[in-house]
Amino acid sequence: MVDLTAKIGALTLKNPIMPASGTFSEDLADVIDMNALGAHVTKTITREKRGGNPTPRVCEVRGSMLNSIGIPSKGIDYFIQNVIPFYQKYDVPLIVSISANNADDFARICEEISVPGVDAIEVNISCPNIEEDGKAFAMRPSTTHQVMTQLRGASDLPLWAKLSPNTGETSEVAQAAEDAGADALVVANTLLSMAIDIHSRKPKLGNLMGGLSGPSLKPITLRMAYQCAKAVDIPVIGCGGISKAEDVIEYLIAGASAVQVGTATFINPTAMITIIAELEAYMAANGMADLSALVGSVRDDDAADAVVFMETAP
Amino acid sequence: MTQTDTAAEVRTSANGEAFEAETVVKSNEEVNGEYRLLILDAPQRILNCRPGQFFHLLCPVTTAHQPYLRRPMSIYGFYPERGELHFLYKVTGEGTRALAELRPGDTLNVLGPLGHGYTIQDDWQNLLLVARGVGLATLAPLAQEARRLGRKLTAICSARSPEVLMSVDLFREMGAEVITVTDAEGTSGMEDIRATIEARIAAGEVDALYTCGSNRMLKLLQDIGAKHGIPGEIALEQQMACGLGMCQCCVRSFRRDNRIVHERVCREGPVFDMQEAMGW
Repeated sequence: MVDLTAKIGALTLKNPIMPASGTFSEDLADVIDMNALGAHVTKTITREKRGGNPTPRVCEVRGSMLNSIGIPSKGIDYFIQNVIPFYQKYDVPLIVSISANNADDFARICEEISVPGVDAIEVNISCPNIEEDGKAFAMRPSTTHQVMTQLRGASDLPLWAKLSPNTGETSEVAQAAEDAGADALVVANTLLSMAIDIHSRKPKLGNLMGGLSGPSLKPITLRMAYQCAKAVDIPVIGCGGISKAEDVIEYLIAGASAVQVGTATFINPTAMITIIAELEAYMAANGMADLSALVGSVRDDDAADAVVFMETAP
Repeated sequence: MTQTDTAAEVRTSANGEAFEAETVVKSNEEVNGEYRLLILDAPQRILNCRPGQFFHLLCPVTTAHQPYLRRPMSIYGFYPERGELHFLYKVTGEGTRALAELRPGDTLNVLGPLGHGYTIQDDWQNLLLVARGVGLATLAPLAQEARRLGRKLTAICSARSPEVLMSVDLFREMGAEVITVTDAEGTSGMEDIRATIEARIAAGEVDALYTCGSNRMLKLLQDIGAKHGIPGEIALEQQMACGLGMCQCCVRSFRRDNRIVHERVCREGPVFDMQEAMGW
């Protein structure tokens, strides 16, 4: 009998598999059993209504995709009245992803969304599409610390900081988030990218650039999850390029306590359900009683900090 | 539901459930120089379809072609009694090139049926559809539904030349009156089509207009519909990622209550009110 339970701070998840923000909505209930998931993570909302970016909003590259959706949002009132009640019928923790363009607005929505029915708040301090000049809070330790301190003061709910791969200071940003009171880190968001149609010579995304996600992102975000797990004591939730149980196992070995599955759900809406079953079968076949047999078990033989926290390829 | 509404229920798909299912290719043959017909052996649970709905196809990855995202495709025919699902497609890109390589016995993973299809209201006795090219595939199941409901259907089928006219026999089998127009014969111009439609309206023979895809046709039918007070519906296309409504990729703009709203083609569509649709 395998125990798939994952603990993220005070929250206990029935298994370590949850959707990545932006790749999940009420609509998936048409296809899968929503009660099977470890958590429900909603698409980032902002306080105000937003329209989102021009189309095309998505394009594919070899084996992966780029997106610049742009956080269209119906606003917080709609969310509280309609979306939270939808998820309350499930026995699954609800994690609400929020964002804002400045720290004050961020703190305000963080406070306003701290309502019954919400179990944790994922603070999207990393979305590369909307911050000024593509610069997100999570690119630097100083801006991360500043916004996380303000967010910490705005809510008593667990705060999960979603980090960005668009930084050269991964461990410093992770430590800044931890120091400012984050309860967990989600590692990571999409990587700023571009694709051009060689016939029309036009960028393939309406917003010119967008975030890379899918299997080709995995080595990068896996490296970051590893570095973050080494750098902080709070749980790390791996996110990036997961499409099968082997990917999950790799993140857990690297030090992640749970994972988020995103783009794979676009290809196979039942991907998370399959992954949960395969993870359980793998653990049973290998005599693992619970996730502690995997989490942080990487055999890196006491590698020197200078190697672990490298921010460039040697 | 619009993206800007504040009080609306969370809308489910037309069917309330969709399935990811493995199907088996029965045949995948060229129909004429331009189109291929894919016939799948499909489980019953995915064949509860409505005209205008679509499936999201996981096109095979081959040595030559590596499509990544699924490709949305209108249903050309669904036959629960035979356990068959039909798609008519034109080979244009990575996804359809990969589809063209499917051989009988191969499997194809499909997701669906998805979206909201065409409606035929009770007082719409005389239906008129206009379609060109592969757009005819989208409208074919509407002919089937019209026959089931005992409505009179006129189908204006347009193409480059008489040789590549599609689905004429299928529409005739469904009891439709078929009018063919082609570029080669000089009969497919917008003003020619307008004259044909308006003559029928004058004779009291049009209660609703249907089309899909084309911006020029949308503008023509919007104009005719507004002038004569005739309702209509259009199926729209847009690049998609998830096909279920989660990713917010496939939005288009619509005019409603004197403002512009964005809706997802996969979820609120792909069929929309003719007058609300905006050209592109």
